Amino acid sequence: MIDVALTVNGRAMTVSVEPRTLLVEVLREKLRLTGTHVGCDTSQCGACTVHLDGLSVKACTMLAVQAEGRSVTTIEGVAPDGVLHPMQAAFREHHGLQCGFCTPGMVMSALALVERNKNKPLTEEIIRSELEGNMCRCTGYAGIVASIAAGAKAMGAKVEG
Amino acid sequence: MYAFDYQRAKSVADAAAAFEKADDAAFLAGGQTLIPTLKQRLRQPSVVIDLGTLTELKGISVTQEAVIIGAGMTHAEVAASPEVAKAIPGLADLAAHIGDPQVRNRGTLGGSIANNDPAADYPGAVVALGATVHTSTRELSGEDFFTGMFETALAPGELVVKVSFPIPRRAAYAKFRNPASRYAIVGVMIAETASGIRVAVTGAGPGVFRVPEMEGALSQNFSIAAIRNIRIPADDLNADIHATAEYRAHLIGVMAERAISAIA
Ligand SMILES: Cc1cc2nc3c(=O)[nH]c(=O)nc-3n(C[C@H](O)[C@H](O)[C@H](O)COP(=O)(O)OP(=O)(O)OC[C@H]3O[C@@H](n4cnc5c(N)ncnc54)[C@H](O)[C@@H]3O)c2cc1C
Ligand code: FES
Ligand code: FES
Repeated sequence: MIDVALTVNGRAMTVSVEPRTLLVEVLREKLRLTGTHVGCDTSQCGACTVHLDGLSVKACTMLAVQAEGRSVTTIEGVAPDGVLHPMQAAFREHHGLQCGFCTPGMVMSALALVERNKNKPLTEEIIRSELEGNMCRCTGYAGIVASIAAGAKAMGAKVEG
Repeated sequence: MYAFDYQRAKSVADAAAAFEKADDAAFLAGGQTLIPTLKQRLRQPSVVIDLGTLTELKGISVTQEAVIIGAGMTHAEVAASPEVAKAIPGLADLAAHIGDPQVRNRGTLGGSIANNDPAADYPGAVVALGATVHTSTRELSGEDFFTGMFETALAPGELVVKVSFPIPRRAAYAKFRNPASRYAIVGVMIAETASGIRVAVTGAGPGVFRVPEMEGALSQNFSIAAIRNIRIPADDLNADIHATAEYRAHLIGVMAERAISAIA
């Protein structure tokens, strides 16, 4: 077993893991942060998306040992006091989800793409192309794209169209 | 995943030494290929040597002649680099269209070329731009580095350290991507370099290859018309559920035209 020191949702901690343990396994099974989902476990669907030092990554495609010294934010860390983040509220308002399985990953990717594009106006084209790593089997994406545009606006971002 | 030991490399020399000592080691960079491979139990290394914290593999520098990119630079870092975008916009554009944002935040240049997936994008740029691959022991041209499907000239324990891309007069990459994975079904990079026009094709064959006939025609006349009648034989091209060999052969012409029209 290897000790990994990392920060999860602002809390510094040390977890003891096997080298082959995935980051998503630590989050879900050790820390009981079950908001991060496992859809495919083959690096395709993005349901497991979390932020690593602010960048979106697939937690099923990272070993926990690779998070040594890093800061991880999960969907639970987005609304720490139980009040929905404006991006989450926008998903509820604009039909950004049906079954909800993809939603935590969608929201984490949405927040990352708003941050990544903060120096230019956000367009539908940018939103769609930067959602390529996230799949949804229910909505057909139109509601998700509308939610992200509305959520970004609520966060103070410039949105075109 | 089978169990393995884990070691965090402290330097390139330390990584190579650890590899030497182990029965069957594997280097880990961004993990976007290695981790899925381990999950499928297609590899069973005794130890995984993590290159993720090596500052020696990081960084981008630009000289008069070349853009030098560390093997550990992620696709997102290359795509977002103003220096790369200014010196070789076609390269920044290529990096920006690898996989998806999450893959780009982890996957690296070194991992991509060491893996040499026949559908990977970077091999096209390494060969088209006439880049030099700097390893822990030597320097290799793209043609010498890429030796076959998923195969390279890397000896066991030899690391990719950086890649030096000569700055071309102009270059563009056009990819017909697999809509699910974004890997290249066919990708064509065309560059006008100091040593002439170079056309490299990825995705279509067992490995990246050049098209001398197109290079000759474009040297005479850099236009779509110059290559319109060049037919690529389908004989040695890949065929799978995504595209037949004939379709890939056709796409080489189409992607070449798109690359030319981007910079003509
Ligand atoms: C969903 C998805 C979509 C993708 N789409 C694309 C795409 O459109 N185009 C594309 O080109 N690629 C694509 N990829 C692959 C991606 O670019 C990978 O990042 C890349 O192939 C491997 O880089 P890595 O840093 O993740 O390497 P790893 O997975 O860590 O390693 C890959 C291999 O390279 C070796 N290695 C790593 N670094 C070095 C080094 N410095 N020296 C020697 N050996 C080394 C490892 O031992 C291993 O064998 C995709 C991957 C995924 C999961
Ligand atoms: S569970 Fe990680 S990408 Fe699908
Ligand atoms: S809402 Fe069901 S998968 Fe997206």
